[in-house]
This record gives sequence, C-alpha cells and structure tokens, in this order.
Amino acid sequence: MSVSGVPRHWRSQRERYRLLGTYCENCGTSFFPRRKICPKCRRKGRTREVEFSGRGRVFSYTVIHVGSKTFDEYAPYVIGLIELQEGPRVLSQIVDCKPEDVHIGMEVEVCFRKLFEQEDGGIISYGFKFRPVDDSWVEYYGKLLAEKKARTAQT
Amino acid sequence: MRVGIVGYGAYVPRLRIRVEEIARVWGHDANSYREGLGIEEKSVPSLDEDTATIAVEAARNAMRRAREVKPSEVGALFVGSESHPYVVKPTAATVAEALGLTPSLTAADTEFACKAATTAIQACLGMVKAGYIRYGISIGADTAQGAPRDALEYTAAAGGAAYVIGAGEGVIAEVEATYSYTQDVPDFWRRDGDSYPRHAGRFTGEPAYFEHVINCTRILLEKTGTTPRDYDYVVFHQPNSKFPLKAARELGFEDKKLHPGLLVNRLGNTYSGSSLLGLAAVLDVASPGERILLTSYGSGAGSDSFSIRVTAAIDSKRKLAPPVIYYLDKREYIDYSTYARYRRLFKER
Ligand SMILES: [Zn+2]
Repeated sequence: MSVSGVPRHWRSQRERYRLLGTYCENCGTSFFPRRKICPKCRRKGRTREVEFSGRGRVFSYTVIHVGSKTFDEYAPYVIGLIELQEGPRVLSQIVDCKPEDVHIGMEVEVCFRKLFEQEDGGIISYGFKFRPVDDSWVEYYGKLLAEKKARTAQT
Repeated sequence: MRVGIVGYGAYVPRLRIRVEEIARVWGHDANSYREGLGIEEKSVPSLDEDTATIAVEAARNAMRRAREVKPSEVGALFVGSESHPYVVKPTAATVAEALGLTPSLTAADTEFACKAATTAIQACLGMVKAGYIRYGISIGADTAQGAPRDALEYTAAAGGAAYVIGAGEGVIAEVEATYSYTQDVPDFWRRDGDSYPRHAGRFTGEPAYFEHVINCTRILLEKTGTTPRDYDYVVFHQPNSKFPLKAARELGFEDKKLHPGLLVNRLGNTYSGSSLLGLAAVLDVASPGERILLTSYGSGAGSDSFSIRVTAAIDSKRKLAPPVIYYLDKREYIDYSTYARYRRLFKER
C-alpha cells in the first residue's frame, strides 16, 4: 500500500480496532462490515452501530503456505471464516495455535494484533484477529487461594 | 477521598525461549547465566505483537475488572515504554482508539527507561485527586531488545500491565503515599536510530539500581512512618532475580514478602512492564487490608515508590480477568532460529 492508500485505510480503522458492525432493531439482524441501511428491511430498518462480543466459531478455514508479499513472513498462517455469536461472518487470521490444531467449530475470541507493516518506514496497520478461546484461567483463582491458605497456615 | 487502583490487567505473549537455548547458540555456560541472573526462560512476542498490541490486551483486561468505568469517563491514557512502535506517532492514541475511549481524553507516551508507567500512574493519581479527570489509565508495556550475544539477550522480554486509576467505592487498592528519587546516571541508554541499548556493565548495580531503589523505598518508609513489618508484600523492578532479592534483604523485608511478585525467573525482564506485572501478580492473591510496597526503577536514573493498601472491593473484581500466573503457564517454546526470525535478526538480501 502506498502512502496515498493511507486515507482509505484510516477510514476502516475503527471497525478493525474494535470489531464494530451494524445492528438492525427492526429485524434483529447484525451485519459486518457496517452498513448504512438494513438490506432486509430497506427503508423500514432502524440501524445502529454495535461492538460485537468478539466470540465466535470457525465456520471454515484454510492454511496459507505462500502468502502475498505483505503477509509472507507470517507463513504458514491460518485464514478463517469466523461466525460471530451475533451472526455475521468475518474473515480473519487465526493466531496463537498451530495450523494443524485448527478445526471447524472451534471456539475463538477476538484479540488485537498487527495486521501488516508497510515497507520503508510506512504505517503499521493494527486490528482484530482471532485466537482459540481458553477459559482455563477461571480455575486459577481457586488454586491461588488454596496455596495462600497453605502458606499462611505454615507461618 | 480514597484514590487508587480501580482495575488492573496483565498480558504476556505466549512464546518462550529457554536460557539453555540461547547459551547453546553462543557457546556460553547456561548454568552461569541461570544462576547468575536467576532466570530460566523469557517471553518472546509473536511477529504480529508489539508494545501497542500488548498494551491493548493488558488494558482490555484492566477495563474488565474496572467494570463500573464507562469508556466516556476515562480522561487520560498513558503508555510507558522504551519500545514504542513509532518514534513519532503515539502508541497511546492507538490504545485509546482500540478501547473506544476517543476522542474526549488526553493521551501521551511516556519514557523513563523501565519506570515510565509508574510515573504515569502518579500523573493519573494527581489528575484524579485534583478533579481534572474521573479515571485515568497507565500502561507499562515493552518488547525489550537485547543485542544478540549480549547478556541482556537472556532477559529482554515482552509483556505489560495496565492500571485504571480512580477514586471512591470501586478502589481495590488505595495508594496511601508515593515518593520519587531521581538523578542523572549514565547506566543504560539507547540513542535515536540504534537498534539496541548500551549499558555500563557492572556500573548498573550499586550506583544505579540499588542507590535508587533502596533510597527511594527507605525515604517513603520514613515519610509514612512505616517499617518493612507493616507490609505483607514488596515488589521491586526485576531486571534479574538477584537485584530485587538483595534490595529487599538490605531494606529488611523477608524473602517471602518478595516471592509472590517476583516473576523474572519465568518471564524475563519486561522493562516498563516489570514491576507492574509483579504488582498485578500480588493483587491476584492479596486479601483486603493487606499492604504492598512497590518500587520501580528506570535507568538514567530514578525510582517511584508506592505504599498501597488492598480494599474489600478486590474480591469481586479480581476474578473478572486472567491472573498473571495463567499467562506464565500458557506457553510454547521456540528454538533460537525461530526466535531470530521473529525478532527479525536475519537481514534479507
Ligand atoms: Zn432489518
């Protein structure tokens, strides 16, 4: 992307940073990317901006071994079609797991990463990617508390 | 008015490299580094992670805990780091945008080697107390650089911690007092355009780290009329395991008060994140009423000390985001060639 591509890139920045889409209050449908009018309800639609929860499932995916020049240094990497909890499907890189561990139906959550860097001191583009959901941290607090009790009992 | 921490959050990238692996490549004696520095492994950022992405992840965790805080109520955001992705273009603006805090806030990147974010916490405390802002966020994050084969390569790591500062019922840890100690010391520096910092070797110990950490802590104790016995935990900047242990012993803190916040053996030195990740690990286990003494250190050189008292509000907020230990356990080891590729040590063509 040349320096002249910066303004176009900047216009889509908010929805990349925060996973923003559109929700229609008339029919209850969510859309990504954002839309000005609801394609189902047309003029009757009442749309507003919504920040998605960031949770979803892998609907389909592919492993890229030879990427375009911009993304080549990430190879091999996984591009997935993510079905968000709210319904819309989002194309995104899936990170923090090996390509062989990705499967259809896998639960994923949003994270914030570098998307690409322009060469020769150009801009760095940031935005959402997805990683496997790991809620195992919830269990840690019970363990930490028990360890602390044991320590206090010793002294 | 009770002023202090209303939310905190940590983030550490999942890749690790072991001391043995780095020593193998350079023909060093791994044991002398493991024992000399007290370090087993260090965290490494993925190709798509930098100070901005680490800061966003840590700050999102902090905002999960600061559940009463609306984005529109955050009036200031600071990112302290010595590895900001741009020389000119603030990391803080990117983080504020990613958290949905824009445009009604002030934001800036701060720099003071490894204490840039504790200084920004002081700025937030002052603005909250003065009534200029309702809440402020300070984040310490780094993807630290150590030149290949330099001793720093064994410890320079990646990670960060974020703190939401505010007042009132939501405070989980009240800042009772803070004190700083600053002098011009040439112990560690990096000039514009250089990839790696330089350091004055052994000079980084006595006249730099210990002079500032010990004096800053001692004077805070004097000013508050407290002694090490009044504190349940002590957290220092941790460039290795030896320095904070020596400082704690010299000041009269028992080793067991240092251990809950001493992470460097499994994490490495996360520079601006170092003492603040240690504090986060302590908040993960601290009980209401317990007291914490925190002292950061930034080369060049200075320290910020804080006397902190945990409140009853911690019990309901702590469990809203992952503890530091979860990030330490969630790891994948890489070899030096992968490390070199991820750190872009190979020049193409
Ligand atoms: Zn509709």
